[in-house]
Amino acid sequence: MIELDCRGQLCPLPIIELARRYTEAEVGDLVGVVATDAAARYDVPAWCRMRGQEYVGEDLADDGTPRYLVRRTS
Amino acid sequence: MRQWATRYVAGVRNAAVDFDAASSEPLHPAARDVLLAALDRGYADPRRLHGRARDARLLLDNAREVVAEALHVRRDEVSFTSSGTDAVHRGLLGLASARAPRGRSRVVHSAVEHSAVLHAASWWGSGTVVGVDSLGRVYDGDLVEQSIGGDVAVTALQSANHEVGTVQDVGAFELPDGVPLFMDACASMGRLPLPEHGWSAAAGSAHKWGGPAGVGVLLVRQAARWEQPFPHDDRADARSTGFENVPAALAAAAALQAVVAEREDTNARHVALVDRVRRAASDLPDTEVVGDPVRRLPHLVTFSCLYVNGEALVTELDRRGFGVASGSACTASTLEPSHVLAAMGALTHGNVRVSLGRDATQAQVEEFCRVLPEVVAGLRA
Repeated sequence: MIELDCRGQLCPLPIIELARRYTEAEVGDLVGVVATDAAARYDVPAWCRMRGQEYVGEDLADDGTPRYLVRRTS
Repeated sequence: MRQWATRYVAGVRNAAVDFDAASSEPLHPAARDVLLAALDRGYADPRRLHGRARDARLLLDNAREVVAEALHVRRDEVSFTSSGTDAVHRGLLGLASARAPRGRSRVVHSAVEHSAVLHAASWWGSGTVVGVDSLGRVYDGDLVEQSIGGDVAVTALQSANHEVGTVQDVGAFELPDGVPLFMDACASMGRLPLPEHGWSAAAGSAHKWGGPAGVGVLLVRQAARWEQPFPHDDRADARSTGFENVPAALAAAAALQAVVAEREDTNARHVALVDRVRRAASDLPDTEVVGDPVRRLPHLVTFSCLYVNGEALVTELDRRGFGVASGSACTASTLEPSHVLAAMGALTHGNVRVSLGRDATQAQVEEFCRVLPEVVAGLRA
Protein backbone atom coordinates (compact mmCIF):
# COMPACT_ATOMS: atom_id res chain seq x y z
CA MET A 1 0.00 0.00 0.00
CA ILE A 2 1.06 3.55 -0.70
CA GLU A 3 0.56 5.77 2.32
CA LEU A 4 0.18 9.52 1.85
CA ASP A 5 1.14 11.59 4.89
CA CYS A 6 -1.36 14.44 4.93
CA ARG A 7 -1.15 15.12 8.67
CA GLY A 8 -1.66 18.80 9.45
CA GLN A 9 -2.96 19.61 5.97
CA LEU A 10 -6.32 21.37 5.66
CA CYS A 11 -8.92 20.67 2.98
CA PRO A 12 -8.60 20.40 0.04
CA LEU A 13 -4.88 19.60 0.29
CA PRO A 14 -5.26 15.90 1.26
CA ILE A 15 -7.56 15.37 -1.73
CA ILE A 16 -5.20 17.21 -4.07
CA GLU A 17 -2.39 14.97 -2.81
CA LEU A 18 -4.56 11.87 -3.35
CA ALA A 19 -5.43 12.92 -6.90
CA ARG A 20 -1.80 13.69 -7.70
CA ARG A 21 -0.33 10.46 -6.34
CA TYR A 22 -2.91 7.63 -6.46
CA THR A 23 -1.48 6.47 -9.79
CA GLU A 24 1.68 5.48 -7.94
CA ALA A 25 -0.34 2.45 -6.81
CA GLU A 26 -0.94 -0.39 -9.29
CA VAL A 27 -4.54 -0.91 -10.41
CA GLY A 28 -6.14 -3.05 -7.70
CA ASP A 29 -3.79 -1.82 -4.96
CA LEU A 30 -4.55 0.40 -2.00
CA VAL A 31 -3.72 4.01 -1.27
CA GLY A 32 -3.96 5.18 2.37
CA VAL A 33 -4.61 8.85 3.02
CA VAL A 34 -3.44 9.68 6.56
CA ALA A 35 -5.14 12.93 7.45
CA THR A 36 -5.97 14.96 10.55
CA ASP A 37 -8.36 17.23 8.63
CA ALA A 38 -12.01 16.64 9.61
CA ALA A 39 -13.22 17.05 6.03
CA ALA A 40 -11.11 14.14 4.71
CA ARG A 41 -13.55 11.66 6.27
CA TYR A 42 -16.21 12.85 3.81
CA ASP A 43 -14.12 14.12 0.95
CA VAL A 44 -12.04 10.98 0.31
CA PRO A 45 -15.22 8.90 -0.31
CA ALA A 46 -16.71 11.78 -2.37
CA TRP A 47 -13.54 11.97 -4.46
CA CYS A 48 -13.71 8.20 -5.09
CA ARG A 49 -17.31 8.50 -6.25
CA MET A 50 -16.55 11.45 -8.55
CA ARG A 51 -13.36 9.94 -9.97
CA GLY A 52 -14.61 6.36 -10.30
CA GLN A 53 -12.27 4.86 -7.68
CA GLU A 54 -13.26 2.53 -4.84
CA TYR A 55 -13.49 3.76 -1.26
CA VAL A 56 -12.61 0.85 1.02
CA GLY A 57 -12.99 2.38 4.50
CA GLU A 58 -11.22 3.95 7.40
CA ASP A 59 -8.66 2.60 9.84
CA LEU A 60 -5.85 4.08 11.91
CA ALA A 61 -2.24 4.78 11.06
CA ASP A 62 0.47 3.64 13.51
CA ASP A 63 0.20 6.87 15.52
CA GLY A 64 -3.59 6.66 15.73
CA THR A 65 -4.28 9.23 13.00
CA PRO A 66 -7.28 8.33 10.80
CA ARG A 67 -6.29 6.63 7.54
CA TYR A 68 -8.74 6.56 4.61
CA LEU A 69 -8.26 3.66 2.22
CA VAL A 70 -8.81 3.88 -1.52
CA ARG A 71 -8.47 1.05 -4.04
CA ARG A 72 -7.25 2.18 -7.44
CA THR A 73 -9.64 0.67 -9.97
CA SER A 74 -8.45 2.37 -13.14
CA MET B 1 -28.85 62.45 13.92
CA ARG B 2 -27.65 61.97 10.35
CA GLN B 3 -24.10 62.40 11.67
CA TRP B 4 -24.52 59.55 14.17
CA ALA B 5 -25.94 57.25 11.54
CA THR B 6 -22.98 57.95 9.27
CA ARG B 7 -20.56 57.20 12.06
CA TYR B 8 -22.19 53.89 13.01
CA VAL B 9 -22.08 52.44 9.51
CA ALA B 10 -18.65 53.84 8.60
CA GLY B 11 -16.39 51.15 7.23
CA VAL B 12 -19.29 48.93 6.18
CA ARG B 13 -18.85 47.73 2.63
CA ASN B 14 -21.18 45.29 0.94
CA ALA B 15 -20.52 42.97 -1.94
CA ALA B 16 -22.04 44.52 -5.04
CA VAL B 17 -24.38 41.57 -5.57
CA ASP B 18 -25.76 39.70 -2.57
CA PHE B 19 -26.37 36.06 -3.52
CA ASP B 20 -26.76 35.00 0.10
CA ALA B 21 -30.49 35.59 0.59
CA ALA B 22 -30.87 32.26 2.41
CA SER B 23 -28.76 33.71 5.24
CA SER B 24 -30.69 36.96 5.33
CA GLU B 25 -32.77 39.05 2.93
CA PRO B 26 -32.71 42.84 2.93
CA LEU B 27 -35.78 44.42 4.46
CA HIS B 28 -38.78 44.28 2.10
CA PRO B 29 -40.03 47.77 1.15
CA ALA B 30 -43.44 46.88 2.60
CA ALA B 31 -41.77 46.03 5.92
CA ARG B 32 -39.74 49.22 5.99
CA ASP B 33 -42.79 51.48 5.73
CA VAL B 34 -44.69 49.53 8.38
CA LEU B 35 -41.69 49.41 10.69
CA LEU B 36 -41.17 53.15 10.59
CA ALA B 37 -44.84 53.83 11.29
CA ALA B 38 -45.00 51.22 14.06
CA LEU B 39 -41.85 52.39 15.85
CA ASP B 40 -43.78 55.41 17.10
CA ARG B 41 -47.13 53.66 17.61
CA GLY B 42 -46.09 50.28 19.02
CA TYR B 43 -43.54 50.95 21.74
CA ALA B 44 -45.82 50.57 24.77
CA ASP B 45 -46.50 47.47 26.87
CA PRO B 46 -49.29 45.55 25.11
CA ARG B 47 -50.49 44.13 28.44
CA ARG B 48 -51.42 47.50 29.92
CA LEU B 49 -54.86 49.03 29.68
CA HIS B 50 -54.17 52.64 28.70
CA GLY B 51 -54.41 54.10 25.22
CA ARG B 52 -50.81 53.72 24.04
CA ALA B 53 -50.71 50.18 25.41
CA ARG B 54 -53.93 49.33 23.57
CA ASP B 55 -52.31 50.67 20.40
CA ALA B 56 -49.37 48.30 20.87
CA ARG B 57 -51.74 45.41 21.59
CA LEU B 58 -53.76 46.20 18.49
CA LEU B 59 -50.63 46.23 16.32
CA LEU B 60 -49.47 42.92 17.80
CA ASP B 61 -52.89 41.36 17.17
CA ASN B 62 -52.81 42.71 13.62
CA ALA B 63 -49.40 41.17 13.07
CA ARG B 64 -50.67 37.80 14.28
CA GLU B 65 -53.73 38.06 12.06
CA VAL B 66 -51.69 38.90 8.96
CA VAL B 67 -49.24 36.03 9.54
CA ALA B 68 -52.11 33.59 10.13
CA GLU B 69 -53.75 34.63 6.89
CA ALA B 70 -50.50 34.45 4.88
CA LEU B 71 -49.72 30.96 6.19
CA HIS B 72 -53.31 29.62 6.18
CA VAL B 73 -53.28 28.83 9.88
CA ARG B 74 -55.47 29.99 12.77
CA ARG B 75 -54.64 33.23 14.55
CA ASP B 76 -54.32 31.48 17.91
CA GLU B 77 -51.74 29.13 16.39
CA VAL B 78 -49.27 32.00 15.80
CA SER B 79 -46.70 33.27 18.30
CA PHE B 80 -43.87 35.73 17.78
CA THR B 81 -40.51 34.79 19.25
CA SER B 82 -37.18 36.58 19.54
CA SER B 83 -35.64 34.73 16.56
CA GLY B 84 -36.05 31.75 14.25
CA THR B 85 -33.75 29.76 16.53
CA ASP B 86 -35.93 30.64 19.51
CA ALA B 87 -39.00 29.50 17.57
CA VAL B 88 -37.25 26.21 16.73
CA HIS B 89 -36.30 25.63 20.36
CA ARG B 90 -39.77 26.47 21.66
CA GLY B 91 -41.55 24.45 18.99
CA LEU B 92 -39.45 21.32 19.30
CA LEU B 93 -38.98 21.35 23.07
CA GLY B 94 -42.55 22.48 23.81
CA LEU B 95 -43.92 19.42 21.99
CA ALA B 96 -41.37 17.22 23.77
CA SER B 97 -42.15 18.69 27.20
CA ALA B 98 -45.83 17.92 26.77
CA ARG B 99 -45.08 14.21 26.32
CA ALA B 100 -42.29 13.39 28.75
CA PRO B 101 -39.86 14.96 31.19
CA ARG B 102 -36.50 16.07 29.87
CA GLY B 103 -33.88 13.31 29.98
CA ARG B 104 -36.47 10.51 29.90
CA SER B 105 -37.23 10.43 26.20
CA ARG B 106 -35.66 10.78 22.75
CA VAL B 107 -35.79 13.38 20.01
CA VAL B 108 -35.69 11.83 16.53
CA HIS B 109 -34.45 14.08 13.74
CA SER B 110 -33.04 13.91 10.24
CA ALA B 111 -29.30 14.17 9.72
CA VAL B 112 -29.72 17.39 7.71
CA GLU B 113 -31.64 19.52 10.23
CA HIS B 114 -30.43 23.04 11.00
CA SER B 115 -27.99 23.26 13.90
CA ALA B 116 -30.74 24.92 15.98
CA VAL B 117 -32.60 21.58 15.93
CA LEU B 118 -29.45 19.58 16.63
CA HIS B 119 -28.54 21.77 19.61
CA ALA B 120 -32.10 21.61 20.98
CA ALA B 121 -32.07 17.80 20.65
CA SER B 122 -28.75 17.50 22.46
CA TRP B 123 -29.96 19.88 25.19
CA TRP B 124 -33.02 17.66 25.61
CA GLY B 125 -30.77 14.69 26.23
CA SER B 126 -30.80 11.94 23.71
CA GLY B 127 -31.29 12.17 19.98
CA THR B 128 -31.67 9.62 17.22
CA VAL B 129 -30.44 10.64 13.78
CA VAL B 130 -32.25 9.50 10.64
CA GLY B 131 -30.03 9.38 7.55
CA VAL B 132 -30.74 10.86 4.13
CA ASP B 133 -29.99 9.78 0.56
CA SER B 134 -27.52 11.51 -1.76
CA LEU B 135 -30.15 14.14 -2.66
CA GLY B 136 -30.77 14.92 1.00
CA ARG B 137 -34.17 13.21 1.19
CA VAL B 138 -35.49 11.38 4.23
CA TYR B 139 -37.52 8.25 3.55
CA ASP B 140 -40.69 7.96 5.55
CA GLY B 141 -39.94 4.32 6.40
CA ASP B 142 -36.75 5.37 8.19
CA LEU B 143 -38.33 8.28 10.01
CA VAL B 144 -41.38 6.27 11.07
CA GLU B 145 -39.32 3.25 12.15
CA GLN B 146 -37.02 5.36 14.33
CA SER B 147 -40.05 6.99 15.94
CA ILE B 148 -41.39 3.65 17.21
CA GLY B 149 -40.67 2.56 20.76
CA GLY B 150 -42.80 4.61 23.08
CA ASP B 151 -39.85 6.64 24.36
CA VAL B 152 -39.89 9.20 21.56
CA ALA B 153 -40.91 12.68 22.69
CA VAL B 154 -40.91 14.38 19.29
CA THR B 155 -39.68 13.86 15.75
CA ALA B 156 -38.19 16.78 13.82
CA LEU B 157 -38.13 17.18 10.06
CA GLN B 158 -37.45 20.37 8.14
CA SER B 159 -39.77 21.54 5.37
CA ALA B 160 -36.75 22.21 3.16
CA ASN B 161 -33.02 22.24 3.62
CA HIS B 162 -31.31 25.55 4.23
CA GLU B 163 -28.04 24.53 2.57
CA VAL B 164 -28.98 22.41 -0.43
CA GLY B 165 -32.66 23.31 -0.97
CA THR B 166 -34.08 19.78 -0.92
CA VAL B 167 -37.78 19.79 0.02
CA GLN B 168 -38.96 17.07 2.39
CA ASP B 169 -42.32 15.36 2.03
CA VAL B 170 -43.58 16.41 5.46
CA GLY B 171 -47.27 15.79 4.79
CA ALA B 172 -46.57 12.17 3.83
CA PHE B 173 -45.23 11.03 7.21
CA GLU B 174 -47.56 9.23 9.60
CA LEU B 175 -45.74 8.81 12.88
CA PRO B 176 -46.64 5.98 15.28
CA ASP B 177 -47.94 6.24 18.86
CA GLY B 178 -49.10 9.83 18.48
CA VAL B 179 -45.51 11.11 18.22
CA PRO B 180 -45.79 14.78 17.18
CA LEU B 181 -43.76 16.13 14.26
CA PHE B 182 -41.92 19.40 14.62
CA MET B 183 -41.23 21.12 11.30
CA ASP B 184 -38.41 23.64 10.97
CA ALA B 185 -39.81 25.76 8.14
CA CYS B 186 -37.25 28.57 8.39
CA ALA B 187 -35.79 27.91 4.94
CA SER B 188 -39.13 27.86 3.10
CA MET B 189 -41.59 30.03 5.03
CA GLY B 190 -43.02 32.68 2.73
CA ARG B 191 -41.43 31.14 -0.37
CA LEU B 192 -43.46 27.91 -0.39
CA PRO B 193 -46.86 27.11 1.12
CA LEU B 194 -46.68 25.16 4.37
CA PRO B 195 -47.68 21.50 4.13
CA GLU B 196 -51.37 21.41 5.02
CA HIS B 197 -51.02 18.61 7.54
CA GLY B 198 -48.52 16.24 9.09
CA TRP B 199 -46.96 18.64 11.61
CA SER B 200 -47.85 19.75 15.13
CA ALA B 201 -45.57 22.77 15.48
CA ALA B 202 -43.41 24.76 13.07
CA ALA B 203 -40.88 27.58 13.10
CA GLY B 204 -40.00 30.43 10.76
CA SER B 205 -37.52 33.30 10.74
CA ALA B 206 -38.53 36.76 9.52
CA HIS B 207 -35.17 37.98 8.24
CA LYS B 208 -35.15 35.09 5.76
CA TRP B 209 -38.24 36.48 4.01
CA GLY B 210 -37.39 40.18 4.17
CA GLY B 211 -38.67 41.00 7.64
CA PRO B 212 -36.39 42.38 10.33
CA ALA B 213 -33.97 40.14 12.23
CA GLY B 214 -34.95 39.26 15.78
CA VAL B 215 -38.44 38.02 14.89
CA GLY B 216 -39.30 34.35 14.74
CA VAL B 217 -42.69 32.79 14.12
CA LEU B 218 -43.77 29.79 16.15
CA LEU B 219 -46.84 27.89 14.97
CA VAL B 220 -48.51 25.38 17.26
CA ARG B 221 -51.50 23.52 15.86
CA GLN B 222 -54.68 23.85 17.80
CA ALA B 223 -54.92 20.10 18.43
CA ALA B 224 -51.25 19.76 19.45
CA ARG B 225 -50.11 19.33 23.04
CA TRP B 226 -47.47 21.92 23.87
CA GLU B 227 -45.96 22.94 27.21
CA GLN B 228 -43.64 25.82 28.00
CA PRO B 229 -40.16 24.21 28.06
CA PHE B 230 -38.46 27.25 29.57
CA PRO B 231 -39.22 29.53 32.55
CA HIS B 232 -42.68 31.06 32.27
CA ASP B 233 -43.34 34.74 31.77
CA ASP B 234 -46.48 36.78 32.19
CA ARG B 235 -46.77 38.16 28.68
CA ALA B 236 -49.76 38.41 26.40
CA ASP B 237 -48.79 35.16 24.67
CA ALA B 238 -47.99 32.22 26.98
CA ARG B 239 -45.80 30.53 24.37
CA SER B 240 -43.20 33.29 24.19
CA THR B 241 -41.33 35.14 26.90
CA GLY B 242 -39.88 38.62 27.15
CA PHE B 243 -41.19 41.99 26.08
CA GLU B 244 -42.69 41.81 22.59
CA ASN B 245 -40.97 43.71 19.78
CA VAL B 246 -44.28 44.92 18.39
CA PRO B 247 -42.95 47.13 15.54
CA ALA B 248 -40.65 44.35 14.29
CA ALA B 249 -43.41 41.72 14.51
CA LEU B 250 -45.73 43.93 12.47
CA ALA B 251 -43.00 44.62 9.91
CA ALA B 252 -42.28 40.87 9.69
CA ALA B 253 -45.98 40.25 9.07
CA ALA B 254 -46.13 42.93 6.36
CA ALA B 255 -43.09 41.46 4.62
CA LEU B 256 -44.56 37.97 4.78
CA GLN B 257 -47.85 39.14 3.32
CA ALA B 258 -46.01 40.90 0.47
CA VAL B 259 -43.69 37.97 -0.22
CA VAL B 260 -46.59 35.51 -0.32
CA ALA B 261 -48.52 37.79 -2.68
CA GLU B 262 -45.51 38.07 -5.00
CA ARG B 263 -44.19 34.53 -4.76
CA GLU B 264 -45.72 33.00 -7.86
CA ASP B 265 -43.86 35.56 -9.93
CA THR B 266 -40.70 35.58 -7.77
CA ASN B 267 -40.43 31.80 -7.68
CA ALA B 268 -40.86 31.42 -11.44
CA ARG B 269 -38.05 33.93 -11.97
CA HIS B 270 -35.84 32.30 -9.36
CA VAL B 271 -36.34 28.78 -10.69
CA ALA B 272 -35.18 29.91 -14.14
CA LEU B 273 -32.19 31.85 -12.78
CA VAL B 274 -31.16 29.01 -10.48
CA ASP B 275 -31.40 26.58 -13.42
CA ARG B 276 -28.96 28.85 -15.23
CA VAL B 277 -26.49 28.67 -12.31
CA ARG B 278 -26.99 24.90 -12.04
CA ARG B 279 -26.06 24.52 -15.72
CA ALA B 280 -23.00 26.76 -15.35
CA ALA B 281 -21.81 24.81 -12.30
CA SER B 282 -22.48 21.44 -13.97
CA ASP B 283 -20.36 22.54 -16.93
CA LEU B 284 -17.33 23.08 -14.69
CA PRO B 285 -14.92 20.14 -14.64
CA ASP B 286 -14.92 18.02 -11.47
CA THR B 287 -17.86 19.89 -9.98
CA GLU B 288 -21.08 18.48 -8.61
CA VAL B 289 -24.35 20.26 -7.99
CA VAL B 290 -25.78 19.11 -4.67
CA GLY B 291 -29.42 18.58 -3.65
CA ASP B 292 -32.68 17.49 -5.25
CA PRO B 293 -32.85 18.92 -8.78
CA VAL B 294 -36.66 18.97 -8.87
CA ARG B 295 -38.21 19.07 -5.41
CA ARG B 296 -36.21 22.03 -4.14
CA LEU B 297 -36.40 25.58 -2.91
CA PRO B 298 -36.79 27.93 -5.88
CA HIS B 299 -34.05 30.40 -4.98
CA LEU B 300 -31.11 28.29 -3.90
CA VAL B 301 -28.39 26.11 -5.43
CA THR B 302 -25.29 24.52 -3.92
CA PHE B 303 -22.30 23.03 -5.69
CA SER B 304 -18.85 21.73 -4.76
CA CYS B 305 -15.66 21.99 -6.82
CA LEU B 306 -12.96 19.36 -6.38
CA TYR B 307 -9.47 20.61 -5.41
CA VAL B 308 -10.69 24.13 -4.54
CA ASN B 309 -10.44 25.77 -1.12
CA GLY B 310 -13.92 26.94 -0.07
CA GLU B 311 -12.68 30.00 1.77
CA ALA B 312 -10.58 31.08 -1.20
CA LEU B 313 -13.59 30.58 -3.48
CA VAL B 314 -15.86 32.74 -1.32
CA THR B 315 -13.17 35.40 -0.98
CA GLU B 316 -12.42 35.53 -4.69
CA LEU B 317 -16.12 35.67 -5.63
CA ASP B 318 -16.52 38.50 -3.13
CA ARG B 319 -13.60 40.31 -4.74
CA ARG B 320 -15.40 39.90 -8.09
CA GLY B 321 -18.52 41.42 -6.54
CA PHE B 322 -20.59 38.39 -5.50
CA GLY B 323 -21.49 37.56 -1.91
CA VAL B 324 -22.11 33.82 -1.42
CA ALA B 325 -22.11 31.31 1.46
CA SER B 326 -20.18 28.05 1.80
CA GLY B 327 -20.48 24.82 3.79
CA SER B 328 -16.77 24.04 3.58
CA ALA B 329 -14.90 23.46 6.83
CA CYS B 330 -12.47 26.32 6.26
CA THR B 331 -15.37 28.80 6.15
CA ALA B 332 -16.95 27.58 9.42
CA SER B 333 -16.15 28.89 12.88
CA THR B 334 -15.87 25.27 14.05
CA LEU B 335 -13.55 24.21 11.18
CA GLU B 336 -15.92 21.27 10.74
CA PRO B 337 -17.45 20.73 7.31
CA SER B 338 -21.20 21.13 6.86
CA HIS B 339 -23.02 18.25 8.54
CA VAL B 340 -25.60 18.48 5.75
CA LEU B 341 -23.09 17.88 2.96
CA ALA B 342 -21.42 15.15 5.04
CA ALA B 343 -24.73 13.33 5.64
CA MET B 344 -25.47 13.38 1.89
CA GLY B 345 -22.03 12.01 1.03
CA ALA B 346 -21.41 15.18 -0.98
CA LEU B 347 -18.00 16.76 -1.44
CA THR B 348 -17.55 19.26 1.40
CA HIS B 349 -14.63 21.31 0.13
CA GLY B 350 -14.86 23.93 -2.60
CA ASN B 351 -18.51 24.42 -1.66
CA VAL B 352 -20.61 27.41 -2.66
CA ARG B 353 -24.25 28.18 -1.90
CA VAL B 354 -25.90 30.72 -4.16
CA SER B 355 -29.28 31.99 -2.94
CA LEU B 356 -31.23 34.68 -4.73
CA GLY B 357 -33.22 37.50 -3.19
CA ARG B 358 -36.25 39.10 -4.79
CA ASP B 359 -34.13 41.72 -6.59
CA ALA B 360 -31.74 39.28 -8.28
CA THR B 361 -31.58 39.99 -11.99
CA GLN B 362 -30.83 37.96 -15.09
CA ALA B 363 -27.84 40.23 -15.80
CA GLN B 364 -26.33 39.55 -12.37
CA VAL B 365 -26.75 35.81 -12.79
CA GLU B 366 -25.26 35.89 -16.30
CA GLU B 367 -22.26 37.82 -14.98
CA PHE B 368 -21.86 35.30 -12.15
CA CYS B 369 -21.94 32.42 -14.64
CA ARG B 370 -19.33 34.20 -16.75
CA VAL B 371 -16.99 34.84 -13.82
CA LEU B 372 -17.37 31.45 -12.09
CA PRO B 373 -15.29 29.29 -14.48
CA GLU B 374 -12.44 31.82 -14.41
CA VAL B 375 -12.47 31.96 -10.62
CA VAL B 376 -12.50 28.16 -10.21
CA ALA B 377 -9.81 27.63 -12.85
CA GLY B 378 -7.68 30.37 -11.27
CA LEU B 379 -7.85 28.75 -7.83
CA ARG B 380 -7.03 25.30 -9.22
CA ALA B 381 -4.00 26.55 -11.13
